[in-house]
Amino acid sequence: MADLEKIMKEENIVYKKTKVLTDNVMHYCPGCSHGVVHKLIAEVIEELGIQDKTIGISPVGCSVFAYNYIDIDWQEAAHGRAPANATATKRLMPDKFVFSYQGDGDLASIGAAETLHACNRGENITMIFINNAMYGMTGGQMAPTTLVGMKTSTTPYGRNIDLNGYPMKMTEIVASLPGTCYVTRQSVHDAASVKRCKKAIKKGFENQAKKIGTSFIEITSTCNSGWKMPPVEANKWMEKHMFAYYPQGDLKDAERDNPDDYIKYIK
Amino acid sequence: MAKIKGAVKVDIEKCKGCGLCVEACPTKTLDLSKEVNSKGYNYAYMADPDSCIGCANCALVCPDSVITVYKTKI
Ligand code: SF4
Ligand code: SF4
Ligand code: SF4
Repeated sequence: MADLEKIMKEENIVYKKTKVLTDNVMHYCPGCSHGVVHKLIAEVIEELGIQDKTIGISPVGCSVFAYNYIDIDWQEAAHGRAPANATATKRLMPDKFVFSYQGDGDLASIGAAETLHACNRGENITMIFINNAMYGMTGGQMAPTTLVGMKTSTTPYGRNIDLNGYPMKMTEIVASLPGTCYVTRQSVHDAASVKRCKKAIKKGFENQAKKIGTSFIEITSTCNSGWKMPPVEANKWMEKHMFAYYPQGDLKDAERDNPDDYIKYIK
Repeated sequence: MAKIKGAVKVDIEKCKGCGLCVEACPTKTLDLSKEVNSKGYNYAYMADPDSCIGCANCALVCPDSVITVYKTKI
């Protein structure tokens, strides 16, 4: 016990909650990936010293209240419209760091058009995409990203391709668009992946200063409540099943296509 | 001989007992307590304080950012 007192001194702190996170208790379910990603965004904002220059666009879905937890300026978008809000915000205030934060129900379904067009225009924004393969907030319904065979409240026998189509790979789609500069798929299920994901988010923010196009960061996530699994088990299920269909790592790391390369088409 | 020693402090009232930190700890320092906090969650605590190496894995994976990590040479 005497040892503990010697160790637990202010000067020996090697990790503590960043001040960019507020002291509010998050409303997320225990073990939800949202909390980890919020923390990483807040840590990146602190490290880059851009707390007063960052504007987040929060979505509709479980993370609708993201603005309660990261202490920066925020806008709340209508369902799926976060990339459109982010576009306007960034164009009006090009020196600010603007990011959208969306789940898969928001980004890949009702907001698919906004997502594709913001990426295709190469807006200088960072898009954070939490993919937990279902609609969490409304009770675990099938989303475009739900895996084949995965049981949800609207696919009680599992997703069926003939009936429901294929799981949508948004990240692969936006990687193919000329406007994106950095497209990656990350996760936060263990300490190593948390560190990698933080680097990816940081790069996404740094790209805004370089004005080289849209950075798109998917975080393959869990929804313990929707998946009806304890958090540790959900992480294991994700590694086994989600990573096979949603492979981890960078898909694209470049600058947006050079506009000059496109001029030949009208000559 | 000087040894690296670590310790963690869990903000018990804010912990949701998800167990992700317990799983992430390489030295099996942590466990969920039998006691609950005022919200009814079995909060995380150092079940084996001597084994902590201050690696901060537990704090990195904690969704609610309720773990502070200390590390020193003793
Ligand atoms: S419903 Fe799912 S995504 Fe929403 S807070 Fe709970 S675990 Fe997280
Ligand atoms: S990861 Fe955080 S919230 Fe979950 S049990 Fe550990 S300390 Fe509590
Ligand atoms: S700091 Fe490392 S060793 Fe100590 S409790 Fe956390 S994960 Fe375990």
